[in-house]
Amino acid sequence: MRALSVILLSLFSALLLSCDRRSNVAIATEENILVIGNSNEPKGLDPHLVSGVLESNLIRALFEGLCVDNPSKDGVADKGVAKDWKHSEDYRVWTFYLNEKAKWSDGEPVTAHDFVFSYQRMLNPRLPSKYADMLYFIKGAEDYNKEKNPDPGSIGAKAIDDRTLELTLRGPIPFLPEITKHYTWYPVPRHIILKFSGGDPATPFTGWTKPGNIVSNGPFQLKDWKIKHYIEVERNPHYWDAGEVQLDGIRFLPISNSYTETRMFLDEQLHMTYTLPPEMIPYAKEHVPAMLRQEDYIGTRYLRINTRRQYLDNVKVRHALACAIDRAQICKSVRGGNEKPASGVVPPFAGYTVPPGASFDPERGRQLLAEAGFPNGEGLPEFKFLTTDRDVSRRMAEAYMAMWREHLNINVRIQQREWTTYLQDQYDGAYDLAGAGWIGDFLYPTTFLDMWTKDNGNNNTGWHSEDYEAKLKESENSIVPEEKLQLLQDAEKIFLADMPIIPVFWYTTNYLIRPEVKGWHPLQLNNHPYKNVSLKRN
Amino acid sequence: MSENEIEEPLEKGTSLWKDAWLRLRKNKMAMIGLWVVIFIFLTCFVFRWFLPQDPNAVALGNEFAPPSAQHWLGTDQLGRDMLTRILDGGQISLLVAIAATCLTVSIGIIYGGISGYVGGRADGVMMRIVDGLLAMPFLIVVILFRELIEVRVDLIGKFLTSEWGWDKDFVRRFSNIIPLLLAIAAFGWLTMSRIVRTQTAALKSGEFAEAARSLGLSHFRILFRHILPNMLGPVIIYATLTIPSFILYEATLSFIGLGVEPPNSSWGVLIKEGANYLESNVSMLIFPAVVFSVTLFAFNFLGDGLRDALDPKAAKD
Amino acid sequence: MLRFIFSRFLQTALVVFCLVSFTHVTIRMIPGNPFADEKAMQPHLRERVAEAFGLNESFGNQFVSWWSNVLTKGDFGLSTSLFGRSVNEILTSAFPVSLTLGLGAMFIALMVGIPSGVIASLRHNGWIDYGSMILAMVGICIPAFVLGPLFQLWIARNVSWLSSAGWERPADILLPALTLGLAVAAYVARLTRGGMLEVLSQDYIRTARAKGVPGHTIILRHALRPALLPVVTYLGPAFAAVITGSFVVETIFQIPGLGQHFVTAVTSKDYFLLPGLVLFYGCLMGIANLIVDIVLTILNPRLREA
Repeated sequence: MRALSVILLSLFSALLLSCDRRSNVAIATEENILVIGNSNEPKGLDPHLVSGVLESNLIRALFEGLCVDNPSKDGVADKGVAKDWKHSEDYRVWTFYLNEKAKWSDGEPVTAHDFVFSYQRMLNPRLPSKYADMLYFIKGAEDYNKEKNPDPGSIGAKAIDDRTLELTLRGPIPFLPEITKHYTWYPVPRHIILKFSGGDPATPFTGWTKPGNIVSNGPFQLKDWKIKHYIEVERNPHYWDAGEVQLDGIRFLPISNSYTETRMFLDEQLHMTYTLPPEMIPYAKEHVPAMLRQEDYIGTRYLRINTRRQYLDNVKVRHALACAIDRAQICKSVRGGNEKPASGVVPPFAGYTVPPGASFDPERGRQLLAEAGFPNGEGLPEFKFLTTDRDVSRRMAEAYMAMWREHLNINVRIQQREWTTYLQDQYDGAYDLAGAGWIGDFLYPTTFLDMWTKDNGNNNTGWHSEDYEAKLKESENSIVPEEKLQLLQDAEKIFLADMPIIPVFWYTTNYLIRPEVKGWHPLQLNNHPYKNVSLKRN
Repeated sequence: MSENEIEEPLEKGTSLWKDAWLRLRKNKMAMIGLWVVIFIFLTCFVFRWFLPQDPNAVALGNEFAPPSAQHWLGTDQLGRDMLTRILDGGQISLLVAIAATCLTVSIGIIYGGISGYVGGRADGVMMRIVDGLLAMPFLIVVILFRELIEVRVDLIGKFLTSEWGWDKDFVRRFSNIIPLLLAIAAFGWLTMSRIVRTQTAALKSGEFAEAARSLGLSHFRILFRHILPNMLGPVIIYATLTIPSFILYEATLSFIGLGVEPPNSSWGVLIKEGANYLESNVSMLIFPAVVFSVTLFAFNFLGDGLRDALDPKAAKD
Repeated sequence: MLRFIFSRFLQTALVVFCLVSFTHVTIRMIPGNPFADEKAMQPHLRERVAEAFGLNESFGNQFVSWWSNVLTKGDFGLSTSLFGRSVNEILTSAFPVSLTLGLGAMFIALMVGIPSGVIASLRHNGWIDYGSMILAMVGICIPAFVLGPLFQLWIARNVSWLSSAGWERPADILLPALTLGLAVAAYVARLTRGGMLEVLSQDYIRTARAKGVPGHTIILRHALRPALLPVVTYLGPAFAAVITGSFVVETIFQIPGLGQHFVTAVTSKDYFLLPGLVLFYGCLMGIANLIVDIVLTILNPRLREA
């Protein structure tokens, strides 16, 4: 008995004393590895099967597209796999010249055939790719994906030769280079996928993305993937610009609890967090202001209205609901992250002026309600407000609830649901009002406007308008940049006049970053190219 | 033998209770626990109604206010009065725990009593079922109950509001906890039935039970007049100890996201949200957490004290 | 003895089978779509996804093929929430972590619970009794999602070699095991105290004291062993529960164990991971209970039942 306790105690002390006194961050910086929080376990690493932001962070480290983000300037397309590109006068046909040095991490060259294969695979109607509609800019893509045309060759993507890719688009798209930065436009290794899928590229779960199998063309290659533990990538020696890459590796930690993530950061375990929960912003501002970043993030938080429901099909009721939300107060008291009250669904960015839309005007709200036949909220039922089960969502819902009750005498019932149920209820139209958000995929207003068309799976409000869609189409067909934006603004005016959603605020991204991380500049899309990031070691 | 001699054990039972009470009195911690429990109940259910503040009255711009005359414990992250939120939360947490315990005890006594008394193969099967159910992920049951029962509970709530004119928010608050307490009870009766079964099996082979059987008394009579009263001790002890574990379980469910519907609060919700403010506004956590922990300590000490008092030699759990 | 083990094995197998089947049925009763994602899936692709997982077949077919895969190939299928990851992989990667954490927690539970219970029993109804029990009961009076962050703030932040969260260094096991173990420690302390109180009032203890046997020998050699019998009974199910019921601790301390998977499998309706987990857990519980029963029967032949 006594001997046992002595053994145990000595083991225990040996365990503790063997520990390195340095912090995790110090060790990682020493090894030149960036440790970054990445919110959750990815659903996969196959660019064609995923659709989330956290997956895009991983895919961006491993793969590279025709163009890449400039590390500090928004809206600038730097050379990626493509070393040069030109377009036809009407912006419908684009030709990309690929860099001869572009290689996969197993030494195979990246060719235009890889890109064509990639687009054909993603659009293959037998592959469950959630984000296939990102490729619909290409002519013939939508028809092939929706099985209206069985020939994959009908897609406007052609390999003129190994190093030349020609894309024919469905309309004039002057901002195509911006779109090619998105991971849905990345190439995938044809030789590897075919090897693991037994010849049929549309087999979904083949294991080609496992460490040891996967081959990628970006600045890093996959080293280790431990489920719910971490994903580590290491330097890709075959990357065409490997000389520019300064990090030796990146470790992504799937920390789902953002409070734990902040605490880990404050305990020197990470170089950078994925986010910073609103509750901790005041603490960060006071204690680590130099490590706090609050940057514009191209996204909108809004309330989705089910316009098919009785009472909510009345446009005046919708406007009244919009008028009762004190956006400034919500941004200040409930969020505290420098968010900006939103009047429209498209956030302001270079070249786009947001048309006047929703604003806080309780008097007008009451008036509209009376005009609609429900003075002082009489006759209106209790609406159900659907939101996620996070604490922040709960707070915002309680704030909306109080505002609607105070200004309009309308009651809502808050229903918090877990993530997939919350999403599916909206897809099924099983809600009255729902809190929702949308992050832009590229820097152009259409990423916020295209979704409100009639059959778009991300609409879910039951609203659609032929005028609206006509304007969108007109804008796409124009080749004058200013005219395109003006038409989009007109479209948004039509949209906001009907108020099928209530804009609340435009996002900012709040996160913590250590001073030794260099080359991480504010970008509106928050898609930081890792090859320009470095760790300053003493 | 006359009936009177068989009545004797019951009479002995009454003075047993008095002995137990005296023993309990000696246990200072248990007595403190008892008074704390009574105090918490009175505060949450009686004193609360004398406070004018509305715990759901959002007042943006007045968040995290320090204690003042108007808000004795200050305000929370949306400017709501902290004290009434804690008391209202206590109503919910205590109600859920007590109602679930009552259900648990009822079901457990019936199931465990039958199993222990009948014995043999049936007993084995019944207990194996309990063992199996203990391995089940009750989270599914919680979610299912919420999905299936919520609609029916809503209907009853609507009926109460429209036909009987009860206040809507009041009804909503309390009907909301029904799926939750049913789910918790569905999980709690398992261990209770185990305990009851062990007690019943032991008592079944006791002397007076043998005597009663040899007299030809019906099983029913033996169960209710002899076995059950003697089992009351462990049942009371376990019930008192179950209540705090149910309060804790409700808090854990709130953490997972399956708690009560907003804007209502329970202690679990308050603590969960408070823990997020640990670094910035620690009073958001301290006030509800202290009330929560003190209550749980009180119940636990009371339960332990009852165990010491009612069964000073036994240590069966 | 062997017959006993065999019959228990059969009983456990039957119970586990019913449990897992029940899980299969109930998970499909919860409304919702496990594949729902932020970007809506085109309707014609929803069927493809269902097909990829075999969910387009009838329930009967799915049920039979799942069981036959499990029993013949040991293949639990693909997880729907971790889109296409094999359930086997998930289980094999998470179990060792949970096992280590569980062992650490049990160790702490015993190290804290048994001494507390013994000390409390020696000074029955004194302030040391109460103080000792207060310490032991911290785990069941302060929820883990409060205790955890408190430890992270007070301890981890101030001790350089202790991390706030994560599972990298050996020392990382300390705080989560402490948080998890304290909850179990409360029951261990209670059982130990109760057991000690009963044993200490026995005649043979009084005899030993009268004979002049020193106090600590009485406690350690004569009283402790029989007093710990109830603790042993409790250990089996406690260990199994600790391995899978540690969701809160795993979330707060970012530990890649089974507890997290358990809860996410339910909340995101993972049609294949959840039955796999339930099967795993059921077997674990069965084995734990069996071992405890065998040990008890060896220690106390009077407990053997027909």
